[in-house]
Amino acid sequence: MLLLQVIVGGLLLGAIYALFSSGLTLIWGMMNFINFAHGEFVMLGMYVALLVVLWFGGGPAVFSFASAFALFVLGVVIYGSLIRYVLRGPMLSQILSTFGLALLLRYTVFFIFSANFVSLPQTSLSGTVNVGGILMPVPQLVAGVVAIILTVGLHLLLTRTTVGSKLLAVSEDRNAAMLMGIRPDRMQALAWGLSAGAAGIAGALMATAYPWSPSVGETFGLTAFVVVALGGFGSVPGALYAGLIIGLIQAVSAFWFGPIYKDIVVYALFVVLLWLRPQGLMGKA
Amino acid sequence: MPVRWNVAILAACLLLYPLLFSDPFYLDIGVTFLLAAISASAWNIVGGYAGQVSVGHSMFFGVGAYAPLLFYTLFGWTPVAGIPFGIAASIVLAIVIGVPTFRLKGHYFSMATIAVAELIRIFFGTWQFVGAAIGLQGPATARGWWDLTFRSEVPYYYIFLAVLGILLGLTYAIERRRFGYSLRAIKAGERAARSLGVPVQLAKMRALVLSATFTSIAGSLYSLKTGFIDPDSGFGILISVQMVIIAALGGAGTLYGPLVGAAILIPLQTATNTWFGGGGSGLTYILYGGIIVLIARFEPGGIFELWHHIIPQRWRSKLAA
Repeated sequence: MLLLQVIVGGLLLGAIYALFSSGLTLIWGMMNFINFAHGEFVMLGMYVALLVVLWFGGGPAVFSFASAFALFVLGVVIYGSLIRYVLRGPMLSQILSTFGLALLLRYTVFFIFSANFVSLPQTSLSGTVNVGGILMPVPQLVAGVVAIILTVGLHLLLTRTTVGSKLLAVSEDRNAAMLMGIRPDRMQALAWGLSAGAAGIAGALMATAYPWSPSVGETFGLTAFVVVALGGFGSVPGALYAGLIIGLIQAVSAFWFGPIYKDIVVYALFVVLLWLRPQGLMGKA
Repeated sequence: MPVRWNVAILAACLLLYPLLFSDPFYLDIGVTFLLAAISASAWNIVGGYAGQVSVGHSMFFGVGAYAPLLFYTLFGWTPVAGIPFGIAASIVLAIVIGVPTFRLKGHYFSMATIAVAELIRIFFGTWQFVGAAIGLQGPATARGWWDLTFRSEVPYYYIFLAVLGILLGLTYAIERRRFGYSLRAIKAGERAARSLGVPVQLAKMRALVLSATFTSIAGSLYSLKTGFIDPDSGFGILISVQMVIIAALGGAGTLYGPLVGAAILIPLQTATNTWFGGGGSGLTYILYGGIIVLIARFEPGGIFELWHHIIPQRWRSKLAA
């Protein structure tokens, strides 16, 4: 029963991994660009949630929306002021740009909030529910379920709407899309907004259930890499499956080997994956 | 030959520095500068010339840093004896990482290197054999000259300078050879390089092995000097980041780029640390991040190219005035 409890907890956390990793995979699939600051977006989402609660009060729905909105705007601004210019530049400046951004964001937050762990004051989501003998904390349950809904929503947005088709068109062939009257820059800015927004709301959801510090972004960024590598580059459904799998593996390895080993197991999996299936578990060869 | 004069002046400045600035504070800056220049020059071979941007070079640095102190702790050998073992382990590591990731695009290599470096850092933090989170210590006082443990910074300065000289000489030789041209061809366009008959995988691998070797030596020199190593000071991601930023700031893929980058960044870092109360506030890394973003956005070629852009403009404005 304890193992079942651990598995459910892992899947709920994995759902949040899936949500922020789908943002990373979107940028990757569309622009062939890796955002090394993606974990920092998640971290910023957490602090935005904290600030909204401290300054204005408001429940999880309010601060989750605020985090998504703030990070959406940040994503668009970052695209417009930085990414747009390095996309066609040399590999070094592509990597440096978001890497520098990650340091800048992480240590600015560190400077303002110090390295201490913080957590949200208790929200309206609290307590536990008992489902067939498994105790589930309500914040984690709600966060996990909402994360799955949002990830599926993002997938539907990309595959079932006009905007999604335009985004896809730009990623398939930028010039052809331009000839069809689509503005690639606008679409790519939107993709950055969606990507950062997904990370932001994932951060806010996670903030309801777990404490955090400014350095969590590094771990989340790496976790997102592993999820994307496992799920296939550019695939949102792949990110959903892979996120759940990674959450599960982390929880079970923490349970069996001790909490320190959960990241070792996941990163080792990543390295093994690189060796065996460089195109990702569900990616195309 | 004006170039040779430049080299002679640079060498003379570096050789005379400890005599001119004998104050321990400035000596320490000099030694830190040399170590940073060695690490960044080592990174430069694979990251700059070959354009394979590793952000996990701390794995080689850390392995190199742990080896001497591990052999000292285990057998009481002189730490120097551990250096070759560090190099050997780094080369194995380089091959293990290079073989799968070099088949893929450049981004992938960056990601893989970060993940492996983090994996090793966390692993070393739990491994009792290497002191886990506490780390390892070297000899407190030298038992003889062979321990290479000195009170004064001056001997370290000259040892580091010698290693830097060898590394720069080697880089200079590579630049002029077929191997150097192969690396630059790979950076400019892998497919084109392959079609011209460049052995792409082999050249990348050789560059990584060479780079890993010298990064490992840099790590060994670091732990010899400080006499102490733990997972964060050996494998921390910021160690890798520092190599990348120094090389990129000066000019990645140029011989003197890492030297210029280190000459700017190390005094700057020391200044922020002294004025704003240490690295604890994170201000140094805000500065790092800001510099990296600005280089990436405006001047991917580094300071050298910036120089070319600014100087003629100034002359022009002077002539106009």
